[in-house]
Amino acid sequence: MAGFDKVVDSYEEAMAGLEDNMTVIAGGFGLCGIPENLIKEIKRKGTTGLTIASNNAGVDGAGLGLLLEDRQIKKMIASYVGENALFEAQMMSGELEVELTPQGTLAEKMRAGGAGIPAFYTATGYGTPVGDGKESREFNGRHYILEEALQGDFSIAKAWKGDRYGNLMFRKTARNFNPMAITAGKIAVVEVEEIVEVGQLDPDEIHLSGIYVNRLIKGSFEKPIEQRTVRSA
Amino acid sequence: MALTREQLAQRVAQEFQDGFYVNLGIGIPTLAANYIPEDMQVMLQSENGLLGMGQFPLDEKVDPDLINAGKQTVTMVKGASLFSSAESFAMIRGGHVDLTVLGAFEVDCQGNIASYMIPGKLIKGMGGAMDLVAGADNIIVTMTHASRSGESKLLSECTLPLTGKACIQRVLTDLALMDIEDGKFILRERAPGVSVEEIIALTEGELVVPDSVPEMVL
Repeated sequence: MAGFDKVVDSYEEAMAGLEDNMTVIAGGFGLCGIPENLIKEIKRKGTTGLTIASNNAGVDGAGLGLLLEDRQIKKMIASYVGENALFEAQMMSGELEVELTPQGTLAEKMRAGGAGIPAFYTATGYGTPVGDGKESREFNGRHYILEEALQGDFSIAKAWKGDRYGNLMFRKTARNFNPMAITAGKIAVVEVEEIVEVGQLDPDEIHLSGIYVNRLIKGSFEKPIEQRTVRSA
Repeated sequence: MALTREQLAQRVAQEFQDGFYVNLGIGIPTLAANYIPEDMQVMLQSENGLLGMGQFPLDEKVDPDLINAGKQTVTMVKGASLFSSAESFAMIRGGHVDLTVLGAFEVDCQGNIASYMIPGKLIKGMGGAMDLVAGADNIIVTMTHASRSGESKLLSECTLPLTGKACIQRVLTDLALMDIEDGKFILRERAPGVSVEEIIALTEGELVVPDSVPEMVL
């Protein structure tokens, strides 16, 4: 009896059930806090026709950029995609559909998707191309547009530490979209740097409850840096 | 003389007040962090989930888990806090950030801003800019006054797709500081050595010139 134990032992098991044309919600900001090994597993499986919601689309040769190499992504929902030559080429040729979504709206769409809120009003994007064709409404003299929640067949995310029940802690700005992405997936798969025994995490310091997590796996991470900026001593 | 990038950053920093939470966009706005007066506390918000952003790290202290919205490695100041992207934009949309500074391609005298997309050119995306302009009451746009070919970027109506509608009230260019009120630009300050006539010539939108337009003090 597994009970609440969410730990799986292989990446194959972690991504079992992912099929062509599914929607996947991914955590990460740039290459920070991305589920590196879950992305590699999707590449290995060769699943195609995917719709992926993620703030960015990786870079050439890293992160979600890996899935562009074999044209596994049909549609990308993202706020900023400027770091990736292959992405640009596939977008310009029309092979890849792109739905640009403001960053805060994207985060809230995921949050709403996981929280049972089908849609919400936001001022972001009113009077811009993002608001075209969307319902709008005035509240207290301000204009808002209606944005719909986002849910995925899967979500893939990365956390710092997790206990076997899937209670999670994130580290620094590697938290970013990960908590909301996890809540918005029907099957939420999370990879962590360290799995601890139940009871070892202080319940007050858990960032996301294991109730949202379906599968948990321990990975090792390259943590590539996009812009290494330093000061001299 | 038109202001340099560093001078623009210096003038932006004069808008900071003690106790302000500030979000600085990529480019010139980020440079303003170098000019926070020493006797003032200003906390920088980075929309990827950090309030209390510090300077770049020493080489041996680089942490791939700690970056800013421009994906650069950074540090945290004492008193910093970390949160998710949803929480970060709740702060922004909820009006909790005191000042937002960001760049633009065009601003018009209705307070509209265009900053993310030039049709026909490669579109990279709006990132957090649309949320920032929609959420903040106090925004400063920093930009050059005119394009390299001399065309005004301060227009009666933006020609590019908008990032936000009727949301900008203050614009700092390399030539002038202007407010936007009742559908007009109001000239508040001019860059040192730049004449009112030069500014008028490079401002396509309606510009009100008060009797006295002081030079910026940098």
